[in-house]
Amino acid sequence: MENVLEIKGLSKNLGSFRLDKVSFSLPRGYIMGFIGPNGAGKTTTIKLLMNLMHRDGGDIRVFGLDNRRYEKEIKQRIAFVYDESHYYENLSLLDNRRIVAHFYRDWDEKAFQRRLRDFDLPPHKKLKNLSRGMRTKFGLAIALSHAAEFLLMDEPTSGLDPVFRSELMDILQQLLVEENKSVLFSTHITTDLERVADYICFINQGRIVLCQSKDEMLQGHVLVKGALEQLSPEAEKMFIGLRKNHYGFEGLSADPQGIRQFFGDGVLMESPGLDEIMVFYVRGHHHV
Amino acid sequence: MNIVISNRSEEPIYHQIYQQLRGAIVREELKAGEPLPSIRSLARDLQVSVITTRRAYDELERDGYIETVAGKGSFVAPQNAELLREKRVNLIEEKLGAIIQEARSLGLSLPELQRIVELLYEEGL
Repeated sequence: MENVLEIKGLSKNLGSFRLDKVSFSLPRGYIMGFIGPNGAGKTTTIKLLMNLMHRDGGDIRVFGLDNRRYEKEIKQRIAFVYDESHYYENLSLLDNRRIVAHFYRDWDEKAFQRRLRDFDLPPHKKLKNLSRGMRTKFGLAIALSHAAEFLLMDEPTSGLDPVFRSELMDILQQLLVEENKSVLFSTHITTDLERVADYICFINQGRIVLCQSKDEMLQGHVLVKGALEQLSPEAEKMFIGLRKNHYGFEGLSADPQGIRQFFGDGVLMESPGLDEIMVFYVRGHHHV
Repeated sequence: MNIVISNRSEEPIYHQIYQQLRGAIVREELKAGEPLPSIRSLARDLQVSVITTRRAYDELERDGYIETVAGKGSFVAPQNAELLREKRVNLIEEKLGAIIQEARSLGLSLPELQRIVELLYEEGL
């Protein structure tokens, strides 16, 4: 399978924070969710990918091309939507477009006009008068109007309401119907990804914890709830994260079969969501 | 054809899609040779991932319910009438299996269960 993105051994030292040999890849035609708590290294990785920051080591290939050597070529084919708006606040949407469109070889004005209508964006309003959701939509309208093959989004849904987030997921899925489009989407709101993402890459403290298909990740973990008496030091080793209180325990394990053999029917087993997987990996074993 | 996906179910989503498409094929709501929606458009419509949908199609193909032609998409495979009947019987067995399990957990004996089945069968339900 051809990879639209390949990151190998990416490192960056930022003093108190270090991105530590991050490696993962995204096959063409799929959506990958890049998850992790705040400060895990998502934005740093994306900035390095966009070559907005100097790296200390590692290799990044986009469309099979080195991202520094072929930066211009790559950026023509990438659509980048990020948290903060980088457009002109005092200009209307159309005037902003006039400035941005020049940078792109394959600017598609028809596509842009269609997106404005689809997204219900007011073309003559000044950017500063738009809501948060509308700004993100405007960023997307620009991003989707230059024939980009790879959509890269850094926290596009943070601070947005569930209705807009669901709308955004629909837009992404519509995009994916075309086989050659790919999406990398960083977020700490994992519910957005639960349905549509094909792959999940989970980063914590600058290191990749897990990177696999979402289905494998969800089916490869089990959430176990039971009584404290059922836990022995040996049993505790089977858990990635464990939360104990006076009334019992709740834990996440990456070995559903082992758990079933060890506890039998004596505990409650549930399939975890991405949120729970993330929380247990990050917090580990703790008492309440 | 309707496909209903539950996100709260214990059943993996790919299997829910598999079962419902298989049901439609076995009941002949989808007839031999009929095209299936493309994996990507079905994923979009059901709001599930492409990989999940692909897995359902792969398993349908493995089990002989559909055929995939490169570049053209997936089609309902011709079903042998005898085989089709057997598959429908299999479906009934699967459902009965679930019922028997439920009956056991209630402590219902086999004769008791048989009696319920007989009654219902004769009532034509």
